[in-house]
Amino acid sequence: MSAADVNKASASADFVHGHNEPHGHDDAHDDGIPHASFKDYLIGFLLSVLLTAVPFWLVMGDVLPSKLVTTAVIVAFAVAQMLVHIVYFLHLDTRSQGGWNMLAAIFTVVLVVITIAGSLWVMFHMNENMMPMSPHEMRIAP
Amino acid sequence: MTPATAEPRSELATLLFGRLSLDSIPYHEPIILVTFAVAALAGISVLTWITRARAWGWLWRDWFCSIDHKKIGVMYMILGFVMLLRGFADAIMMRAQQAMAFGDAAGYLPPHHYDQIFTAHGVIMIFFVAMPFVTGLMNYVVPLQIGARDVAFPFLNNFSFWMTTAGAALVMASLFIGEFATTGWLAFPPLSGADYSPGVGVDYYIWALQIAGVGTLLSGINLLVTIVKMRAPGMGLMQMPVFTWTALCTNVLIVAAFPVLTAVLLLLGLDRTIGTNFFTNDFGGNPMMYVNMIWIWGHPEVYILILPLFGVFSEVVSTFSGKRLFGYTSMVYATVVITILSYLVWLHHFFTMGSGASVNSFFGITTMIISIPTGAKLFNWLFTMYRGRIRFELPMLWMMGFMFTFVVGGMTGVLLAVPPADFVLHNSLFLIAHFHNVIIGGVVFGVFAAISYWFPKVFGYKLDVFWGKVSFWCWQIGFLFAFMPLYILGLMGVTRRVSHFEDMSLQPFFVVAAFGAVLIGCGILATLVQFYVSYQRREQLRDVTGDPWDGRTLEWATSSPPPDYNFAFTPRVHDIDAWWDMKRGGYVRPTSGFIAIHMPKGTAAGVILAGISAVVGFALIWHIWWLAVTGFVSLVGFAIFHTFNLKRDFHIPADEVTRVEDARTRALAAIGA
Amino acid sequence: MSAHHSTMVAEGADRWLVREELHAQPGTMLGFWLYLMSDCLIFACLFAMYGVVGGNYAAGPSPKDLFELPLVAVNTAMLLFSSITYGFAMIEMQRRRVNATIGWLAVTGLFGLAFLGIELYEFHHLIHEGAGPQRSAFLSAFFTLVGTHGLHVSFGIVWLVTLIVQLKRWGLTDGTRRRLACLSMFWHFLDLIWIGVFTYVYLMGVLR
Repeated sequence: MSAADVNKASASADFVHGHNEPHGHDDAHDDGIPHASFKDYLIGFLLSVLLTAVPFWLVMGDVLPSKLVTTAVIVAFAVAQMLVHIVYFLHLDTRSQGGWNMLAAIFTVVLVVITIAGSLWVMFHMNENMMPMSPHEMRIAP
Repeated sequence: MTPATAEPRSELATLLFGRLSLDSIPYHEPIILVTFAVAALAGISVLTWITRARAWGWLWRDWFCSIDHKKIGVMYMILGFVMLLRGFADAIMMRAQQAMAFGDAAGYLPPHHYDQIFTAHGVIMIFFVAMPFVTGLMNYVVPLQIGARDVAFPFLNNFSFWMTTAGAALVMASLFIGEFATTGWLAFPPLSGADYSPGVGVDYYIWALQIAGVGTLLSGINLLVTIVKMRAPGMGLMQMPVFTWTALCTNVLIVAAFPVLTAVLLLLGLDRTIGTNFFTNDFGGNPMMYVNMIWIWGHPEVYILILPLFGVFSEVVSTFSGKRLFGYTSMVYATVVITILSYLVWLHHFFTMGSGASVNSFFGITTMIISIPTGAKLFNWLFTMYRGRIRFELPMLWMMGFMFTFVVGGMTGVLLAVPPADFVLHNSLFLIAHFHNVIIGGVVFGVFAAISYWFPKVFGYKLDVFWGKVSFWCWQIGFLFAFMPLYILGLMGVTRRVSHFEDMSLQPFFVVAAFGAVLIGCGILATLVQFYVSYQRREQLRDVTGDPWDGRTLEWATSSPPPDYNFAFTPRVHDIDAWWDMKRGGYVRPTSGFIAIHMPKGTAAGVILAGISAVVGFALIWHIWWLAVTGFVSLVGFAIFHTFNLKRDFHIPADEVTRVEDARTRALAAIGA
Repeated sequence: MSAHHSTMVAEGADRWLVREELHAQPGTMLGFWLYLMSDCLIFACLFAMYGVVGGNYAAGPSPKDLFELPLVAVNTAMLLFSSITYGFAMIEMQRRRVNATIGWLAVTGLFGLAFLGIELYEFHHLIHEGAGPQRSAFLSAFFTLVGTHGLHVSFGIVWLVTLIVQLKRWGLTDGTRRRLACLSMFWHFLDLIWIGVFTYVYLMGVLR
């Protein structure tokens, strides 16, 4: 074994190998860690604050006349803020991990939609057929 | 099963031992006592044999602490086989009971015991036989097929195996301490809730599956990253062997489905332990949501079981027909389509629960659609055989059995997919016959095909052909005798999970089925004999070339068994069937220039973490809260401690590699290869 | 997606073998992302459960009776701030400044603790009012969904403290940087789930 091998054998080469000396600039080697920038975080943060504050205001202030419209708006804002988090905080794009992260994320979103929407659809029909109760009764039945 | 006249427990006893007491041990169950005696005898024999051979050090270092995917793969297969014996024992007990319990004859199994047996049979066969077999095969073969040295996360691999084993240990413990669930293998509430199953049985079920589930999920992530990141240069996705493709899709299913099981069992556990109301009959609970969610997991689960075996059959048929697989691209697409569609069919498991015509029609149609890609695969296999030079080695025999048996089962599945038909057949013996048909024809025959195919690679010698044929015919004919009567009984309206019947005219069918089960038992025995005889005859059956079947994929490029590092040099791939390409393209073994190889080190951390998890599970089952808390804290603590350990790898020196490779070159030269 | 399928065989290199040691890119980032996707599915199930039984008050208290939106708004702010401070920690990590990284991590941890503290206060208050997880299916689903999220945050904080210790011991190595990147994904992901929680559970609960 060469001297280099002996050194490596004493601690995980993969773990401690690295440039511990301070550099003035960011390291460019590809380690799979997405690059973070202050601008990204600032934009993401400001958008998130906006996309949070407005829904809270709409609900707490009873601003819009229709509950249905309010619900639709806050859901849209929630989806938008999730996208903001995904783009600006999680740095997901089609290049992350050679596109596999994006593929996994899309597949997961599809399954989440199927799981939630599918369950709601199925259970709604089941409740209709098997537990005939009005929504009002559902709330007050012990 | 605490007797009604138990003495009141002291507070101290409850604090220290939860609900565990001496009464938890089933002294008055003769069947259990005999089982314990046999198991203890077998266990002590094994322990004595290991001690006599002074093999504890070797066992611990070379196997239990190994992070080598090959060793872990073998350990999974052994776990699966041991649990197959337990699961089959349950099966034969059920067949015996059902063959004799008519009219005044009550049989020998009281209903409470019978209920635990059919529950345990299902849980063990799915979670601790089929899953370990499938995981073991993928673990052993995939890194070799893609030209890698190991999986992406070798330590996690070891940990996953031990978590699965911990789950199996908990299920086995339920035999002798306490009892098991009586709810069927999916434990539907309200029966599985605190009101109707107040004992420990369902808690054993929940924690065994949660612990094993962690292992399975991590294994899924591990193999996915391995296939995505560690393929040899030149092996694009469309140059991967079909078994690796099916492994990829299977692991996608694992990562995407097991979280649902985790969530559902968590909710059931909360209902039972702290009194929440997810699935109760009152306070707003909805038991049907459990059924809905568990089948959202359950349907992808059955594809997790079958897809790898479809991959095995693709490898087997092309190897033993001497031809490239017909329709590689359509095979890949069919597998991907099945993966996606498996999330759109789950309701077909409970058509009768009242979701109505529109919902039932949707899922009925999607269920029928999902049978199409499987049909496409079957035609591709047949077309591969057409005009091929077919060799009827053992793997091919199992494949013939599969093609015939699985197709019958698949067709009964399409019949059940029609909601009005299912209204008659749901939860009848027809359903039982259907799923055993596809699982035995597909998964079991596939596992035996895979074992006879890859055994020479793993151990360096082929399996004895005669006993293999005995096993096959016992299984094939035994299956027909055991399950064809059940189809008829189901059509006549006989329900599942019944331990006693009044209608004597049904008895002949059950007797025939019992005979079939005995034949299958002979098949299992024949496999055990096969292993023994093959070991005795191993020099005659020896495989020196590493390529006993004139194989097509990269695992056959290595020696049998492969060296620890798999490949001295990473292969460079140019085409599908990379090894075939190398053989035809004039590949010559390198004899010099070997370099040191970077390898991960074995560790005891996996065994320790899984062991603590099992203790925590046991504590939670028996409500020994102090043990559960301290166990959990030590689990987290030890895991954190493990992250401080950086001494995780080493190098195999170049001269060691040279020595191993030279020995192989000489051995190959000696037989004129 | 894969860079492997083109085989540029260099002049003189072996057609069938790679003679140098090949270092596959470590799979940690992809592996952790896949774990996060699986965690997403667990939360999806808890959301689905809440969706199905969230209206079953069992003649007990409803969201309107129980939820204090101003407190939830403060809590949301705590988590959002913690996300941005983790972001600052990552920027310092890129600049190879260990102590600054540790500093921002500590601030993140404090915001996380504030979030947990407020949540525990809320839970305590609800249980005290007789609106514990056993009261109704709605409350069971509420406590489980929000509680599971809180448990994840707790694990994140334990992990964060562990990483601070490891940074002090080893500095910014390839290994600690990878672990920081994984915790970063975990932390932002938890904030993402919280968006779903405050919208679907709290805001829409009050709107029902």
